[in-house]
Amino acid sequence: MSQANDLSPACPTPIARYPQVLLAHGGGGRLMHQLLERVFLSAFSNPWLDTGHDAAVIDAGGARIAFTTDSYVVHPLFFPGGSIGTLAVNGTVNDLAMAGARPLGLSAGFIVEEGLPIETLERVVASMQGAAREAGVSVVTGDTKVVDRGKGDGVFINTAGIGLVEHPCRIAPASVRPGDAVILSGDVGRHGMAIMAVREGLQFESAIESDCAPLTAPALDLVSSGVDVHCLRDITRGGLASALNEIAGGARVGMTVDERQVPVREDVRGACEILGFDPMYVANEGRFVAFVPTAEAARAVEVLRGHPVSEDARVIGRVTSEPAGLVFLRTVLGATRVLDMLSGEQLPRIC
Amino acid sequence: MKFIDEYRDPAAAGRWLAAIRGLVTRPWTLMEVCGGQTHAILKYGIDELLPREVTLLHGPGCPVCVTPLEKIDRAVELASRSDVIFCSFGDMLRVPGTDRDLLSVKASGGDVRIVYSPLDAVRIATENPDKQVVFFAVGFETTAPGNAMAVYQAKRAGLGNFSVLVSHVLVPPALEAILGSPSCRVQGFLAAGHVCAVMGYSEYIPIAARYKVPIVVTGFEPIDLLHGVFLCLKQLEEGRAEVENQYARVVSELGNRPAQALVREVFGVVTRAWRGIGEIPGSGLGLNEAFAGFDAERRFDLSAVGPRPEPAECIAGQVLQGLRKPHECQAFGTRCTPEHPLGATMVSSEGACAAYYQHRRVVGGQEGSR
Repeated sequence: MSQANDLSPACPTPIARYPQVLLAHGGGGRLMHQLLERVFLSAFSNPWLDTGHDAAVIDAGGARIAFTTDSYVVHPLFFPGGSIGTLAVNGTVNDLAMAGARPLGLSAGFIVEEGLPIETLERVVASMQGAAREAGVSVVTGDTKVVDRGKGDGVFINTAGIGLVEHPCRIAPASVRPGDAVILSGDVGRHGMAIMAVREGLQFESAIESDCAPLTAPALDLVSSGVDVHCLRDITRGGLASALNEIAGGARVGMTVDERQVPVREDVRGACEILGFDPMYVANEGRFVAFVPTAEAARAVEVLRGHPVSEDARVIGRVTSEPAGLVFLRTVLGATRVLDMLSGEQLPRIC
Repeated sequence: MKFIDEYRDPAAAGRWLAAIRGLVTRPWTLMEVCGGQTHAILKYGIDELLPREVTLLHGPGCPVCVTPLEKIDRAVELASRSDVIFCSFGDMLRVPGTDRDLLSVKASGGDVRIVYSPLDAVRIATENPDKQVVFFAVGFETTAPGNAMAVYQAKRAGLGNFSVLVSHVLVPPALEAILGSPSCRVQGFLAAGHVCAVMGYSEYIPIAARYKVPIVVTGFEPIDLLHGVFLCLKQLEEGRAEVENQYARVVSELGNRPAQALVREVFGVVTRAWRGIGEIPGSGLGLNEAFAGFDAERRFDLSAVGPRPEPAECIAGQVLQGLRKPHECQAFGTRCTPEHPLGATMVSSEGACAAYYQHRRVVGGQEGSR
């Protein structure tokens, strides 16, 4: 019982000391959040941005319009279960879905590296169009730039999306309340390990496929089901652990999650064991968490299970009033520990 | 998953915990040697589940943590050269040198690459004949055979552009250094299973006898750790001090002989400095004369990078020797965090300070009780 009791629960480190941007600043962990706060949020601060949600909701003459953007840089461009094109559509569609918005249209900006085979670009665009069709949205405007060879990784894509909010819920981290149930839509870690397995040349009996998928249908069904949805968050970079920490921080609440309730597929677990990764921190592209009052949790799970993309939805934990900003994990052995946000990226361990 | 799930089974864990509770009659202090064990103990909350009488101290077995500042500075120096591709295991990249870490070197344009195997670095050297490829050969006996194989293959292939920056360390001399300290609190060891998979455990038998301390070779899964704790406590309660092998599915008494032979061919025992602890005689491996041409410290002039003082505030050395716990440090969680580590024990996920920060930062009255 010594110094530790004097610690502030929130990370007290003021600002990153690194004078340059590191790759780890893009890893979805604490370094990235420091960068966002120091550079972007301080400069752009406004009521919409400051809600810290996946999409801003703007009143437009009586209609509520959700607006979001995301950029996609991934290597390899094609991987089992998807491509940079399907990510670019689903990532932005999902950010709209997390505001409970029906997508109206997407923009697509391409930054193409000199030398990229046109055939590759065609395949990327075809996969994008396929994903857009599946998500029920059109790419309605776009832009293309070409950069010198060596100044891009084949192709970078930015998409922005607008969507219509037609439900009364105030979906935002600030709406999360102690006593809410934490619902996870399915197994975690697939996208990140699909990419890692290709990059590291890991061979399994069958390839791990990315979970890349649109979440519009289950999200819209949930918000129109009468369930009082407090918050939705797709769990992407930084994995489940980072998403929960972001919400806990934004809502100034605590959380306790039961590790045994978080599904991880066998092949994903195997790849994580080999590479020394924790599935709690591995990226997903077709999973989300929902925060609803506990009394409505069973109904919410039932609604989500009606959709193939969230057929494995389940309650994984509860929101608590204390300690604000912290997520606890009840381990498989029944002990309780902090489930922290990662510092930067997960780095492979030595042995 | 076979060979994993049975060692994470909650019911089995409950049985071992009950057995441990039934066994313990007085306070005991054990040390798990390996950082991988520390990580698993905190990740699964095993220290929280053990009876109050049992204190676990976290040992020096984290290669990231014990690599001296001078070596990190030399790695930074090499990685900054425009003619060098610097290859390393991932978690060395965030270890702070005096001024910078390898991640910062990479951001400044240095060609720093994460590899999973030292043989990947050999391949990179083959593919880049106009570059010098340096591999950061760190670790305990566990990584020594792989690193030895890389040097061996480079020599056989006549690769003139491959070299290694060596900072290899050995477990038994470190245990003796800890046991020989007048302030030693350790009454029993959980020895590092994967080190013993390579080396066997015969070299621990004289240590157990000389210092009258039980040493249990232990694995890394929760059931392994609980079983290891049980065996160690049983010896202590019965007044025995022997070497036992909990991790028999992986470890044999004599270990992996071909791997040992390769290590002996490439490396010889040398005196090494341990970050936070200091020099320990005969505690490391260096390249033998026949392979000295592959020593990056001979190939490049690094004489400008000498020994540096550690940040005065960091108590990593005391943590690594089990003298103090991470949260007993004034800087823990405030001036020292995983984003801005003062010492290497806050860097690697195997480091005791990082494990405490990540899993035990807040303290509902539990923290510090063991």
